[in-house]
Amino acid sequence: MKPPPFDYHGPVTLDEALGVLAETGPDGKVLAGGQSLIPLLNMRLAAPAHLVDINRLPGLDTIEAGPGGVRVGALARHAAVERSAAAAAVQPLLGQALRLVAHPVIRNRGTVVGSLVHADPSAEMPAVLALLGGSVRLARRGGEREVPAEEFFTGPMESALLPGEMAVSAFFPALPGRSGTAFRELARRHGDYAMAGVAAAVTLDDDFRIAAARVACVSVGPVPVVVDVTAACGPRPAASVDWDAVAAAVLDRIEPEADIHATAEYRRHLTGVLAVRALRDAAREASEDPEASDASDASEASEASEGEEGA
Amino acid sequence: MTTKLFGEPVRRREDARLVTGQGRYLDDHGRDALAAAFVRSPHAHARILDVDVSDAVDVDGLVAIYTWEDLPGALAEPLPLLIPHPALTHGRTAYPLAREVVRHVGEPVVMVVARDRYLAEDACALIRVDYEILKPVVGVEEAAQGVHLVHDDVPGNVGANLVQEVPSPSGLSAREAIEAAPHTLAFRLDIERSASTPLEGRGVYARWDADDESLRVYSSTQTSTSVRMAIATKLGLPLPKVEVIAPDVGGGFGVKIVHPWPEEVLVPWAARLLGREVKWTEDRREHFVSSAHERGQVQYVRVGFDDDGRLLGLDVTILHDHGAYTPYGIIVPIITSTQLLGPYKVGAYRVEFSSIYTNTVQVTPYRGAGRPQGVFCMERTIDRIAAFLGRDRTEVRALNFIQPGEFPYDQGLTFQDGRPLIYDSGDYPESLRMLKELIGWDAFPEARARAAAEGRRIGIGIGCYVEGTGVGPYEGGHVQITSDGRVHVSTGLTSQGQGHETVFAQIAATELGVPIEKVSVVTGDTRRFGYAVGTFASRAAVMSGSAIALACRKVREKALRIAADALEADPRDLEISDGLVHVVGTPSASIPLATVAVLSNPLRYAFDEETQRATQFAGSSSPDRPPVSEGDEPGLEGRDYYSPVRSTFASGMHAAVVETDPETAEIKILRYAVVHDCGRLINPMIVEGQIHGGVAQGVGGALYEKMVYDEHGQLLNASFMDFLMPYATEVPRIETAHLETPSPLNPLGIKGAGEAGVIPVSAVIAAAVEDAEGIVVDRMPISPSDLHALRQARDAGITPGAP
Repeated sequence: MKPPPFDYHGPVTLDEALGVLAETGPDGKVLAGGQSLIPLLNMRLAAPAHLVDINRLPGLDTIEAGPGGVRVGALARHAAVERSAAAAAVQPLLGQALRLVAHPVIRNRGTVVGSLVHADPSAEMPAVLALLGGSVRLARRGGEREVPAEEFFTGPMESALLPGEMAVSAFFPALPGRSGTAFRELARRHGDYAMAGVAAAVTLDDDFRIAAARVACVSVGPVPVVVDVTAACGPRPAASVDWDAVAAAVLDRIEPEADIHATAEYRRHLTGVLAVRALRDAAREASEDPEASDASDASEASEASEGEEGA
Repeated sequence: MTTKLFGEPVRRREDARLVTGQGRYLDDHGRDALAAAFVRSPHAHARILDVDVSDAVDVDGLVAIYTWEDLPGALAEPLPLLIPHPALTHGRTAYPLAREVVRHVGEPVVMVVARDRYLAEDACALIRVDYEILKPVVGVEEAAQGVHLVHDDVPGNVGANLVQEVPSPSGLSAREAIEAAPHTLAFRLDIERSASTPLEGRGVYARWDADDESLRVYSSTQTSTSVRMAIATKLGLPLPKVEVIAPDVGGGFGVKIVHPWPEEVLVPWAARLLGREVKWTEDRREHFVSSAHERGQVQYVRVGFDDDGRLLGLDVTILHDHGAYTPYGIIVPIITSTQLLGPYKVGAYRVEFSSIYTNTVQVTPYRGAGRPQGVFCMERTIDRIAAFLGRDRTEVRALNFIQPGEFPYDQGLTFQDGRPLIYDSGDYPESLRMLKELIGWDAFPEARARAAAEGRRIGIGIGCYVEGTGVGPYEGGHVQITSDGRVHVSTGLTSQGQGHETVFAQIAATELGVPIEKVSVVTGDTRRFGYAVGTFASRAAVMSGSAIALACRKVREKALRIAADALEADPRDLEISDGLVHVVGTPSASIPLATVAVLSNPLRYAFDEETQRATQFAGSSSPDRPPVSEGDEPGLEGRDYYSPVRSTFASGMHAAVVETDPETAEIKILRYAVVHDCGRLINPMIVEGQIHGGVAQGVGGALYEKMVYDEHGQLLNASFMDFLMPYATEVPRIETAHLETPSPLNPLGIKGAGEAGVIPVSAVIAAAVEDAEGIVVDRMPISPSDLHALRQARDAGITPGAP
């Protein structure tokens, strides 16, 4: 279990990193936290000719929380985002999801943006980005582009990232007032990839009826499966929602497959159970949410432009 | 400082070293050694047509490439069949490097030696092996049909078939007794494959000394003495020219008792051939596909019993999946078929097993070594009888127990050591009483009702086992007290983290009356002790512990004799405490053991003030006697061996309370209770640690671990990401109570404790899940997905477990 030969690059500026990536093209691979890439290299399942280690680049370990959302830099570790009070105040789902990502030692090293680029359909953070309608900022030599989540995840372990590009940040939008979120999943062991998992976001109207409800499901499709269940929930209070109908609406959209840990049928069943649990949790949180988000109070380092852009 | 340490919870002396990164494991040795790596078969069954190394020879730093054709003499022969048995009519072992045919994914085909492991793996990746794919034989039932063969010359894929029968007290055979019984049940049980998976894999590091023509080998093994003999034999070296050392070993759990592994003979051979140090450190993927697995069995059970649940006859037929080779003989199915009986009298018993070859990794003992399967069978059987009769499960167990007055109890079978299966001692009714109290068995119906009122499902299960421990043939101990008063203890068997440095020191300190700080212990180093068997079968404390105690008693006797001379006293009036020999009742008349050690060795030359007392003009010896009397030896040391007539039988009972989620089918262990009887406890803290570790592995086998092979013989989960060894988060808190029923078979009254914790866990968890769900559980492990499927089958009216 030793990696095949590769050329190691340790750029100290973003321009330098983008230059190497431009020159190496499809042979270049970015190393950030390395929590997925290093095992892949050691098992010789990946053999990039060039490894571009971005850990020395300045200014990429940022977590910028504004009224519109949270922008997370490419070197922000899971643990830092998980513990960020400013991020939690704007978008609580980040912390709710990150607590389910692997184990503390992995979260200390792994990065949120790295997890997005890895695009594992069983991972939590792609589901969060997809649920919230966030985006990933991709830089290349001489330019950058912002790719929305629904275009970013293109297949299992596949993203819209092109050769020569590097993901420099991701944006997780805030939700309107009187919203709540939850992430429920079931893994075989604590910290494993979930057999099924559901992230939910619910927004209530002034009469505490469900005005908007969405879920994103992990491990049941090639990419995170986002389902808008607003109609199934109806403009009703959570207590009088027909949850079986809501679960049915979710199950219509997923395509679970069997693996050694769970049958497809079980994943389907489990997704339904977890969707209801997550939506109920999110609705409860929404009902406890103040009328307007207090996020701006907790995020003095906010950048208004970021918020507008992502909203 | 007390010197009465036997039975005390002395803290492990090795931990300061091991938990602060000061341990020296295999890969910590030989930093400058060349690295070996192996090209292993990607196919489960194939004929090797050609090996093309032409691309690999260009790798910078490559030193050598070897295939089977390169192996000389005995190295080119199959590896030893370690434990032959008359019933193993078709025993087969692998070649160190595959010859013509590979029989499982992971079998070594080519050995590469290079400057470092990176380069060795680069070269491996460039070696092209052409294979002709043969039909893989996967799954023990498919293999037993014998349509396709793993070995061309083994018809039906049957390596061994063994029947043991014990008639009922009235002379009926098991089948007659079942036929005549008021009630009978018949069903089938399945147990999945798992594996030892020590955190440190295997590894070998060899240094050849060309001037001395000698070989030193470090191996992460459970038996250094036997590895030494194997290497000397395979390489044609005189035994005194081979040293084998087991350094700190990061877990064994059975897999490292197998030897010699291909790498264990190939690495020393290459080191000698190249005149360079060579090392191979197994990686995790190699461990999954190239070492050994265990547990996989299918069992067909028929049982007859009376209206009360008394067993009248039991007939079990076992298909044992032995993988591709049988280097360790048929020890595992022998243990399953004999230890299945547990603490019970079953009336008449018939057991038949067939050991079946498949194109999968070979099967050799893993902690518990066949017992978890046997206990699963027996305990599931008793639970079914209780359910059939509507009786309490503990009552049916108690009804069938061997009673305390019935020891020694002969089960009428032949055990794994070739000796009669005779239980030496035990108190099963008391164990059950203690366990029921510990877990609150009688009050559980109320707890269940309270949970049900909250919409929760909980269930309780119990499992009992008897474990033959301390198997022979022997172990030895050597004890030397040097003139500085230090006590040097050595024994040949190895340590893999059990705490031998502590418990053997406790035994020596207690026997000799010295502070434990004065005692040092060396294990698994053939330079210090050449005769040993190994560390397996819960035998180290019983075997080496007893041998060390006996050796200490020899040393003590000699010390008292010499001290009596010096003190002009009768040896019978002397005792030793705190390292001082003194006259009982006269503390002032004393002599330090250090001085006794000086006096024990008549000297011509003094090296310090102390040793001057033993020189020839010091007047310490009588001028009329030779300085060393006839039959005596210089020095204060002793060596002795312990060789028991047969094994000693430990026992225990576990109970668990589980909760199952009515929606997600998640299974949580709420409580886990253990009553354990390993005779006299040397160190209760270490015994509890052994129990905790065993239960943790048992939880793995019950809820998480299985080796998933596809129909092509590919292992689908050969990593810790997909092979679900439980984390600390999956292991419940374990409540323990000890019962001490001394063994009459050894000088310390002890029984083995190493494997016990793992043995009944699958049976216990299955029973608890069954109790919570009201669904028969007949296979382990059980996952939430499995439980969900069982619920659906129940809802659809399908009965599981039909034979």
